Amino acid sequence: MKKNILKNSAVQSLIASLICIFLGLLIGYIVLLFINPTGAWGAITAVVKNFFNYSRANLQSKNFGNTLVKTAPLLMCALSVLFAYKVGLFNIGAAGQYVAGVCASIYAALAWGWGWFPCMLLAIVAGAALGAIVGFLKSSLNVNEVISGIMLNWIGLYLTNMLLTTVKESTSPYTLHLKNENPASILPSLGLDKLFNGNGYVSLALPLSVLLAIAVAVVLNRTKFGYELKATGNNKNAAKYCGMAERRNIILTLVIAGALAGLGGALLYLTDYEQWQCTTSAVPSMGFNGIAATFLGGLDPIGTIFSSYFIQHITSGGAYVDKTMYSSQISDLISSIIIYLCGFVLFIKYAINSGIAKSEEKKAKKLAAASEEGGDK
Amino acid sequence: MLLLVQYTLIFASVLSLVALGGCFSEHSGVINLGLEGIMVIGALGGALMMRYAPAGIPAFVMVLLVLLAAILAGMLFSALLAVACINFKADQTIVGTALNMLGLAAATVFVKAINTAANPDDVSSTIQYVEQKKAFLVNINGFEFNWFMLIALLMLVLAYIILYKTRFGLRLMACGEHPQAADSVGINVYKMRWSGVLISGMLGGLGGICYILAGVSEWKFENGVAGFGFLSLAVMIFGQWKPTRIGLAALLFGFFRALSNVYFGFPGLVALNIPGSVYNMMPYIISLIVLAFTSRNSRAPKAEGIPYEKGMR
Repeated sequence: MKKNILKNSAVQSLIASLICIFLGLLIGYIVLLFINPTGAWGAITAVVKNFFNYSRANLQSKNFGNTLVKTAPLLMCALSVLFAYKVGLFNIGAAGQYVAGVCASIYAALAWGWGWFPCMLLAIVAGAALGAIVGFLKSSLNVNEVISGIMLNWIGLYLTNMLLTTVKESTSPYTLHLKNENPASILPSLGLDKLFNGNGYVSLALPLSVLLAIAVAVVLNRTKFGYELKATGNNKNAAKYCGMAERRNIILTLVIAGALAGLGGALLYLTDYEQWQCTTSAVPSMGFNGIAATFLGGLDPIGTIFSSYFIQHITSGGAYVDKTMYSSQISDLISSIIIYLCGFVLFIKYAINSGIAKSEEKKAKKLAAASEEGGDK
Repeated sequence: MLLLVQYTLIFASVLSLVALGGCFSEHSGVINLGLEGIMVIGALGGALMMRYAPAGIPAFVMVLLVLLAAILAGMLFSALLAVACINFKADQTIVGTALNMLGLAAATVFVKAINTAANPDDVSSTIQYVEQKKAFLVNINGFEFNWFMLIALLMLVLAYIILYKTRFGLRLMACGEHPQAADSVGINVYKMRWSGVLISGMLGGLGGICYILAGVSEWKFENGVAGFGFLSLAVMIFGQWKPTRIGLAALLFGFFRALSNVYFGFPGLVALNIPGSVYNMMPYIISLIVLAFTSRNSRAPKAEGIPYEKGMR
């Protein structure tokens, strides 16, 4: 019998994600209709079109570049959440680890005049350090990683505001431009800027983040280390019984997750695309959007590359809605609806599987009935 | 000093209300990480009621209407968690996190839409309630008594009685400890968990409106509630899921939160010359330390976080 393509779990994940995206956009559209029916269709298409809102090709490619600049850090945050989730830990602290990376890289670049590479390394160390705290609290003192992660998000945010105030512009709450102060700290563009109509913000960050996604896939699926981590996540006690250092594995997982998110912070802010606002009063949404990308990507590192792009695409697209009627946060609303719906993915897969089972059962019955008839004759 | 007491009490009220919400939900077996989002939506419900309530109604009616709006909004929003986690057996951590983001985004979009519709130049997400707020306050010799302090105290007593002295409460807790056993004696686990989550929505909504009424008279919904939902969960864990201890834990956390509001009133503290950010960090640092010391012997309900399936052993 021909194998049913729907039985493939990757295909099922893809279908489930597409359903989530469709429903998310639909509900977003309904909300827009509710707010103001006249411009709703225009607004939802503006969100989906993002840089296609520009009619000229050179502006399109430049803004496509801008979306990609922010996709790289989002992908890093998503990988951070994903890596921890595969080991059974929910790294909501990715948001704070990302902020720590931002803080470390900008501070090293502006206060100490470091080059981009050491800045990046310091960001990794800073993110990893926050991850290590969560990991230690979890493995040794049984503190729920979600709550300690959130607490560290806020502590990290206030520390960052405090530290970066020393390197901010005197007249505004934003940090100084790297371009003017220390051009050596800006990530090399590797000639990628030419692909995007001279968009100098597109840099090493993009290929690096995609490579790291592949690396995460390889480590998790093809190495003994990855296997041990996943085993620890599935059953801590069984892993311990098999001689795995389960406490070390938990800490190590969160250190790696923290390093990934911390690097994400450096990958955005070392392009000088954005400057940190030292009066920021809420944890940046990058880390939380990473959670959306992780689950939308079907918990697969390669899938996450595409889902990160999609989430960033609609987030950037939010800037193009008609501001006299709606606010750009409509895209945050859509991505949060998508995460909510991702909670139902298991159910969708279950529904697909039971649908297949039913139709197969019917077929088998038919077949049996047919052969019985044949036997009688 | 009086100011410090006042702020401590009001923040402790917020924390204990929301922590009690978490307590009910977890005792029924559902981890409610969405309390932060529920608080935002509850605050939104109450703030909208304050904005649109006709001027000149008696203070008592005003308080009642605002409370009802916050409760209703919180309960409706928590139903999203209940449907997903109880009926569809979704991962409680994901759905809770989604609710936090959803609450924040929905409130921002909604308030901005209202503001822009009223005045095209107004693209802020702020609601003001300077006059309406006065209905909640009673001035006693310079001490601003807020009705929420009384409500929180009442809820603490009520929660204790419901959880330990009524059939409903004991059954609710049974569903969080061993749902299969509860089911075997004829308790409807799904219904009990639904009630647990809805009660947490109600208390979370109350906590939300209480939070935005503490100290300020306008609220920018873009900012959410600054991690208070999670601080409340820390209070709940520190309180070992018991109402009496939750009350005490809330006082401790409330004190450190209040310090950041009033530290500049104490010459001794100002002389230390510590930046304001440090005081802002205090509640979070304290909660990390407290959790580190109390989580090892945590007495969490045994079946929390595990979706209940009838056929499973």
